[in-house]
Amino acid sequence: MNRVFISVTSVVLAFLLGACGSPEPETIVIYSGRSESLVEPIIDQYRQRTNLDISVRYGDTAQLAVALAEEGEQTDADLFWAQDAGALGAVHEAGLLADLPDSLLALIPDHFRSVNGTWVATSGRARTLAYSTQRVDATMLPESIFDLADEAYSGRVGWAPTNGSFQAHVTAIRALVGNDETRSWLQAMRENGTKSYRNNTAIVQAIADGEIDFGLPNHYYLYRFKSEDPDFPVAQTFFGASDPGNLINVAGIGVLGPSDQYDAAIGLIDFLLSADAQQYFAQETYEYPVIDAVDPSVALPAMGRLDTIAPNVDLDALDDLESTLVLLREVGML
Amino acid sequence: MNALTHRKRFLRWYFLLPVLFVVGGVVVPVSYLILRAFQADADVVVDLVFRMRNLRLLANTFLLTAGVLALGSAIALPLAWLTTRTDIRFPRAFTLLGVLPLAVPGYVMAYVLLATTGQYGTLARLFGLEIPRISGYGGALLALSLSTFPYLFLNLRTALLGLDRSLEETARSLGYGPRRVLLRVIGPQLRPAFSAGALLVGLHVLGDFGVVSLMRFETFSYALYLQYSASFDRIYAAWLALMLLGLTGTVLLLEARLLRGLLLHRTGAGVARRTVPARLGPWKLPAYAFLLIVAASSVGISVTTVAYWMGETASGLWADLARALWASFSASAPAALLAATLALPIAYLAVREPSRSTRALERLAYFGYATPPLAFALAFIFFSLQSMPWAYQTLGLLICAYALHFMAEAMGPLRSALYQAPPSVEEAARTLGRSPMRAFFEATFPLLRRGLFVSIAFVFLSAMKELPITFLLSPIGFETLAVKVWGYTSEALFGAAAPFALAIMLFSSLFVGLLLMQGNAERDR
Repeated sequence: MNRVFISVTSVVLAFLLGACGSPEPETIVIYSGRSESLVEPIIDQYRQRTNLDISVRYGDTAQLAVALAEEGEQTDADLFWAQDAGALGAVHEAGLLADLPDSLLALIPDHFRSVNGTWVATSGRARTLAYSTQRVDATMLPESIFDLADEAYSGRVGWAPTNGSFQAHVTAIRALVGNDETRSWLQAMRENGTKSYRNNTAIVQAIADGEIDFGLPNHYYLYRFKSEDPDFPVAQTFFGASDPGNLINVAGIGVLGPSDQYDAAIGLIDFLLSADAQQYFAQETYEYPVIDAVDPSVALPAMGRLDTIAPNVDLDALDDLESTLVLLREVGML
Repeated sequence: MNALTHRKRFLRWYFLLPVLFVVGGVVVPVSYLILRAFQADADVVVDLVFRMRNLRLLANTFLLTAGVLALGSAIALPLAWLTTRTDIRFPRAFTLLGVLPLAVPGYVMAYVLLATTGQYGTLARLFGLEIPRISGYGGALLALSLSTFPYLFLNLRTALLGLDRSLEETARSLGYGPRRVLLRVIGPQLRPAFSAGALLVGLHVLGDFGVVSLMRFETFSYALYLQYSASFDRIYAAWLALMLLGLTGTVLLLEARLLRGLLLHRTGAGVARRTVPARLGPWKLPAYAFLLIVAASSVGISVTTVAYWMGETASGLWADLARALWASFSASAPAALLAATLALPIAYLAVREPSRSTRALERLAYFGYATPPLAFALAFIFFSLQSMPWAYQTLGLLICAYALHFMAEAMGPLRSALYQAPPSVEEAARTLGRSPMRAFFEATFPLLRRGLFVSIAFVFLSAMKELPITFLLSPIGFETLAVKVWGYTSEALFGAAAPFALAIMLFSSLFVGLLLMQGNAERDR
């Protein structure tokens, strides 16, 4: 029976030892604030092409940004793929992003990359107002995001305070109207019974399910539902011209300074900016491509039109994520 | 055995090593949590602790726990009474029904409720049946009650089966009516069973994270998770975890106080009389209706819904499913072996050499179980990042956390097996010159095999469906069945979540089968 004991113990030990080993050197580790359902297919494509071992840690963008700051030089991450420019800016400010080669930066227009050359956009997206086609009169839509704090919208609006895109949106609003006004708006929204959701998909689903009538998601979630069911009872629109509600933002990616996989990481970014990958973002996730060679899905409003209604915010100015998180906590949303 | 040899045995490596591991593994991370919480400036701490928001969280947590206990009792009590004390038909089938909901973990139940209700839910789209979306307090209440009432049911059922009929008859002969017999005679006798079940339910609700997050009901666990996921603010997260720990501690103390000084077994001569089943008469129909409603809402709807969404599942998910299965297995199996390896010497000491210190040690094994999983996992994160960064985000750490958290489940079967193994055989082996270790493995160990197997299986199956610990401590890219269900459900991708939910229900029903088997074995003894 001693043998049984010894074999059991050795199995346990073997498992533990095997498990404790750090990831193998040729593994590329991505910290992704973008959700698995959106980006796993394109990462899988790259895996199959290159036979590279790619591990992804999915999480909320802010969580990963702060985790990167905490882990510092010890981080296992080679790439940080964020839902918004602000989080990338914050990681850049912490001195954790490596410079990208000019050949890569030259692939995309100036407004789709950081002025410091440490990150590039992988796709563009707009913030929108989603609403129920069954319970909302499409001729009576609000002109401004600030109107949603009015009595008429009491208990009818949903947002996603933990979501990176939402937090970036709050940062943009702070940049546009100042901290105090942003705080009173958030407070008024809360007192108005605005409901918190985990993410954009959950907002859109909740509108269809009749839990809320309006929501503040990114533009592309609705198209995924519509592609499965053309009669999906939700529509979306923009607020009035240059309203802070119409923020245009990007998802972007950068290489971590401590990474020992710089070349492999650059190879992956290069792939994400290729026509194939951009085609995927345009056709499968309904985002705006960042290279001129690929056209957006015909279902989307033209980028040219977006430019005329978007508020005037510099994406590089959105890096003060920390103050936004403090504000959200003060108001009691986190 | 005198004190000296006792101490010497205690100090042998095969006792000392597991004991140190357990003490270190449970106490050290929790002290890190406390340390981390007190690292902040005093006024920051005061700001964080005395927030209005915490008061609201406390009220919400309390409301939810009380609600789940009330609704759970409203289901469990009639169910236990109907299946043990009445002439209802198929009592065994209905008993199974009272246990089967354990096969549907809370977060799967929440998934089902969210997917079926609402104007765009399964019910509305298939049958045109529009039920308002179940979420918030109501949703959390329903999901948690439906998935935890079996803990109450099992305890109440055992108590009802063990009731001494002659007490009731005596009360009747002294002029008590049936209602007073129920309130004054049966009720008090059910109290220990009720509080034992209520304790399990309470710990479950306090520790739950999946249901409250999916249902968006702000309890301490939910706030803790928000803090972690949205901003990774460690100080506030640590304080929330401490408050949650305090709450759990209060519940444990309350339970101990409630049960103090109760004496319920027969003291005089004579044999307990078996009960005569009560006739339901005209109440038969409502009774069956009640049973059917419970069956439909707890198990029926979940199985049907998941099966429906399976149909919507895109093909190509099978590779994903296999990967998640393997991930779940590769963490749960070693954790189960480790937990049993740790529990064996501790159970041995507690059974063979009961003393204050061995009892304290046993308590410690349960301490890990009672610690809310989210707080437990957070403590492990702090601990590993600060004192052994090489272990942060490794499978090894996850396995250790599982083993230390679920060790309590391995203790029970091992203890009963040890009580049944006569120490005399082992002692005889010793007098024949075997070393203590060899004597144990040759004489006692063969008798423990069944208990050991059950222990390992319990921990394995519990770890398979565990969510919060897995969620926080998983290595990068490591996604178990539970994490998949949670991830897809929180994105409202119900079709994609279905195969993973189904796999979890399958494993959990094995857990239930084992629970029943173990229960029967104990009764036959």
